[in-house]
Amino acid sequence: MELNGYHCDGEACPETEDEDTTVSKQCWVDAPCSNIESANMENTTTSGTVHRERRVSNSTSSRQRIDSLKKNRPPFPWFGMDIGGTLVKLVYFEPKDITAEEEQEEVESLKSIRHYLTSHTAYGKTGIRDVHLELPDLMLWGRKGSLHFIRFPTQELPAFLQMGREKHFSSLHTTLCATGGGAYKFEADFRTMADLQLLKLDELDCLIKGVLYIDSVVSSGPSECYYYENPTDTEHCQQKAYNLENPYPLLLVNIGSGVSILAVYSKDDYKRVTGTSLGGGTFLGLCCLLTGCSTFEEALEMAARGESARVDKLVRDIYGGDYERFGLPGWAVASSFGNMMCKEKRDSVSKEDLARSTLITITNNIGSITRMCALNENIERVVFVGNFLRVNTLSMKLLAYALDYWSKGQLKALFLRHEGYFCAVGALLELLNSS
Amino acid sequence: MATYVEAVRGSHSMDKSITLPPDEIFRNLENAKRFAIDIGGSLTKLAYYSTVQHKVAKVRSFDHAAKQESDGEPLYEISVQEEITARLHFIKFENTYIETCLDFIKDHLVNTETKVIKATGGGAYKFKDLIEKKLKLKVDKEDEMSCLIKGCNFVLKNIPHEVFVYAKHGDSEFRFQNTHPDIFPYLLVNIGSGVSIVKVEAEDRFERIGGSSIGGGTFWGLGALLTKTKRFDELLQLASRGQHTSVDMLVKDIYGGAYGCLGLTGDLIASSFGKSATAEKEFSKEDMAKSLLHMISNDIGQLACLYARLHNLSRVYFGGFFIRGHPVTMHTITYSINYFTKGEVQALFLRHEGYLGAIGAFLKGAEEDNPNQYCWGENYAGSSGLLSVSPELNPMQRERSGTFLFDMLEMDRLERQLVNLPLLQDSSSYIPDTVDLTEDTLAREYWLCCFEEALDGVVKRAIASQKDQPEAAERAEKFRQKYRDKLQTLRHQPFAYGSLTVRSLLDTREHCLNEFNFPDPYSKIKQKENDLALKSYQRVLKTLEELSWEQRQIALVRGLLAGNVFDWGAKAVSDVLESDPEFGFEKAKQQLQERPWLVDTYNQWIERLKGPPHKCALFFVDNSGMDIILGVFPFVRELLSRGTEVVLASNSGPALNDVTNGELQILTERIAAMDPAIQASLSEDRLTLVQSGSSSPCLDLSRLDKVLATVVRERGTDLVVIEGMGRAIHTNYYAALSCESLKLAVIKNSWLADRLGGKIFSVVFKYEVPSIIQGHH
Repeated sequence: MELNGYHCDGEACPETEDEDTTVSKQCWVDAPCSNIESANMENTTTSGTVHRERRVSNSTSSRQRIDSLKKNRPPFPWFGMDIGGTLVKLVYFEPKDITAEEEQEEVESLKSIRHYLTSHTAYGKTGIRDVHLELPDLMLWGRKGSLHFIRFPTQELPAFLQMGREKHFSSLHTTLCATGGGAYKFEADFRTMADLQLLKLDELDCLIKGVLYIDSVVSSGPSECYYYENPTDTEHCQQKAYNLENPYPLLLVNIGSGVSILAVYSKDDYKRVTGTSLGGGTFLGLCCLLTGCSTFEEALEMAARGESARVDKLVRDIYGGDYERFGLPGWAVASSFGNMMCKEKRDSVSKEDLARSTLITITNNIGSITRMCALNENIERVVFVGNFLRVNTLSMKLLAYALDYWSKGQLKALFLRHEGYFCAVGALLELLNSS
Repeated sequence: MATYVEAVRGSHSMDKSITLPPDEIFRNLENAKRFAIDIGGSLTKLAYYSTVQHKVAKVRSFDHAAKQESDGEPLYEISVQEEITARLHFIKFENTYIETCLDFIKDHLVNTETKVIKATGGGAYKFKDLIEKKLKLKVDKEDEMSCLIKGCNFVLKNIPHEVFVYAKHGDSEFRFQNTHPDIFPYLLVNIGSGVSIVKVEAEDRFERIGGSSIGGGTFWGLGALLTKTKRFDELLQLASRGQHTSVDMLVKDIYGGAYGCLGLTGDLIASSFGKSATAEKEFSKEDMAKSLLHMISNDIGQLACLYARLHNLSRVYFGGFFIRGHPVTMHTITYSINYFTKGEVQALFLRHEGYLGAIGAFLKGAEEDNPNQYCWGENYAGSSGLLSVSPELNPMQRERSGTFLFDMLEMDRLERQLVNLPLLQDSSSYIPDTVDLTEDTLAREYWLCCFEEALDGVVKRAIASQKDQPEAAERAEKFRQKYRDKLQTLRHQPFAYGSLTVRSLLDTREHCLNEFNFPDPYSKIKQKENDLALKSYQRVLKTLEELSWEQRQIALVRGLLAGNVFDWGAKAVSDVLESDPEFGFEKAKQQLQERPWLVDTYNQWIERLKGPPHKCALFFVDNSGMDIILGVFPFVRELLSRGTEVVLASNSGPALNDVTNGELQILTERIAAMDPAIQASLSEDRLTLVQSGSSSPCLDLSRLDKVLATVVRERGTDLVVIEGMGRAIHTNYYAALSCESLKLAVIKNSWLADRLGGKIFSVVFKYEVPSIIQGHH
């Protein structure tokens, strides 16, 4: 069911990310405003220790492991790539412990790639490095470095390949681990345009590996996993850190262009429960048609300013108040876009109202299907990921609200900071197995 | 109707281009009572109850003791009497005409006992004042959902072939389902502007377990925004012409092909409207409408499946204005349900879905009449049939009645409670009809032609049966027109009244004849033939008694079959009977095919007769005259002499020349007077007459008189005999019974004979023993 009496005006307005890093950074720090500090504190006090324990590294066994790692370690550069329907997500591990000797040996093309990626925060017109998500001081396969998170529209892939060609990427003889549909669709392009061989990986395998990995390595800074406390109470709704140490069973909802819902029972036991075609792509697609906007950020910005009750028909529009016979509150949406059946009302709504209604329709529908899956699978913990949630606090709070309200507090909606990058991370992790 | 027309002209608010066809719509308003109205977004549904006075043929025995019998004196008297039966009327029309219709009702309403009109639906509030002003009735609002459920329960229980599955690319688009004796539990997904998902567990127990805001209103509202098309129908038409693949992002758009390991095919929609996320491209209205239709249908289908699974329900009915009469949405919903349940659950639709609210509201107002206590039957003569107002399917109707579109459902209260024959092997899978003409195109064409050609004869016979009434010819013409229209409708929409079958064609004809007060066109012929046959009874008995046991058995069967040749229902025979009245019993026997018959299990039957007698035989009889008197009675007499009790089941009301229960009682009396063996059996209660509850030349073993079922159970019936083409060939040929059965008939139709691999007058003698009993022997 829809909910609509919910407003988050004035807080967490999603901001447009442009190519300036500081804005991008700013966006994350400022957006969830007052909540973020308490979330940080929560994290360090409760889950910090747990993470430390998990990453013990002083024992002999781990030293042996590092030795063997050294031998099997893939050559640089280390990339993981997820080519989705709308966005390409790229994670890049930048080694920070390069010795002078290594520096000497490092071929020109490798150096050039490293410099290009790490010294910019924007690539071309549409490529962006999410600096706020960067994981510094990360130990990966015995190397210390930073993990960078980069995205660009899938339609820019040819330009990306062109760049790979110019920077002689293929001369590095590295394996490029890629997942997402594009790994299949564009495999031939990688070969012909950039002389690159892809290692194609299943996206759901990668997604789960990525989630588990990121959650296990994030120890400092804001907690990776969080939830909204008091989601049904607008006044007291707060972001709180969540410890995902024992996550199973878990419902993992990946909202990209479309939506996949997975039930995860252990590290390598999961199934795809269902999916829906009403996802982020639908939100953006409909917004573009209805409002003439062209970017996700624009659409979100409009949605933040709109009023959906002008577009949607609410329960109270039909029954004058609550429909008590069936426990339906008056503020619930009875018919999304229902008011638009009437010409006068069509003429009186703004683009912002339409964007808002589209966002709420799509979000609540995902919430509704998720809730039914959780009931059918008997799972209480739900983790939402995917780029639809990027800078989209409105949807996250709505999901938190919807799950809590309609399950009478039984279900908990959890979110992860690295939203849309888990498949790419999972792909990167496969690099070790490839060599 | 002249006064009416004037009234219309005089009214200022009336659209003068509209005249209601008064003979066709709002019938029987003179004695209408208990009104209910359901006003939806665009259609109004009106319900009322009326008592219909129509003529029925009654037979009454003369007082033979007081009268000396003489030649030429008929054995019973036929009188036509007025009988009053209850009828439910449901009429659907566009909201635009609500005022016209209310005026019409006001002008024609004679009975003013009614004080209240039950109202439901979103528009009930809007039109409250108008209704109260026009009809001087107090509007009493009823909850929409409970009306819907009440109406749904009612149609599921009372209308065979109410439920269907939609298959766009099937041999027939509409596959009608059997009526299940137990209709609960089920899920009703009502797709109005939003979606409500209701679980119904019992007559008065239901719960709204969920819903969605993405429904018909979303399709309409969002569709209007995207395509600048205002009307819902037009949006659906746009959608049916569109290509969603230019707007939707498919799996293959992302993967380049299928996502093999998850079993997601390339054509699957990964992201609805995923390709429209660009400011650069223009999209066609058709394509956007199609994409929207898919998006909404899939979403509803998915939620319905999730709820069905959670509550472990397999029967899911879909309704609401999004579905109503729209093949386009029925197809997309069916597709979606099939996809999400991997074919385990079928989307079910209802023929009278649009009436549920009105029926429910009516039932709430009529509780003191106990409508739920009775059985009701759809009147084919007074009902429009499925999709009659669907513009996509029936542009014809729009032309014919001008701009005024209406749809009707009439249901007659049946005098008797109807139940399953307790001897059906599996009542849930029992299908009475042998051939489904909705699926069998060749057979459909043949039978429609056959019934059309026979129409002249039927009209002639109808007039002849009422020679004393000068206006009979005029009525007969109206009957001809009505039935021809029905045949025409069925030619275009074979699915209009459920599965089209020979039975439904025959029943529709009977309903139309009754409608124009031809209750029993064959009454006089039956009388004459009964008279003639009675005269030969003793002679036939004597001949049989002179035969050896073996000879007698075959003679009895041949007699039964010969009697069956006399059948005014079959064209080939009625031609002979008409031209050659001397066509006698012996001549009939000569016509019969020699053994081996087309279907011949006579030897097994004889072997069985050599064994212990049956406890009780239930015999569904067929025609009057030679058949019942010279065929059935001698056969029954033999059974009785073996110690088998016999229950003779005959029609409650007339159909063709079939013997009715009333006639059979008189005949039995007369035979008993001649035959001490029959007399004894009657007085010892070993020979019983019951009525079947039917007025059809065919036989539906799932709708039989409750008394019959009780008798069958009490007597421990272990043999069922079904005789005649209508009951044993057109219906029940494949019916599986839990006891021994004998189906016999003479094929009196060369086309059918040809189809079965035989010639005209081929014999079917089908003795069957259910496998469970076979094991015992």
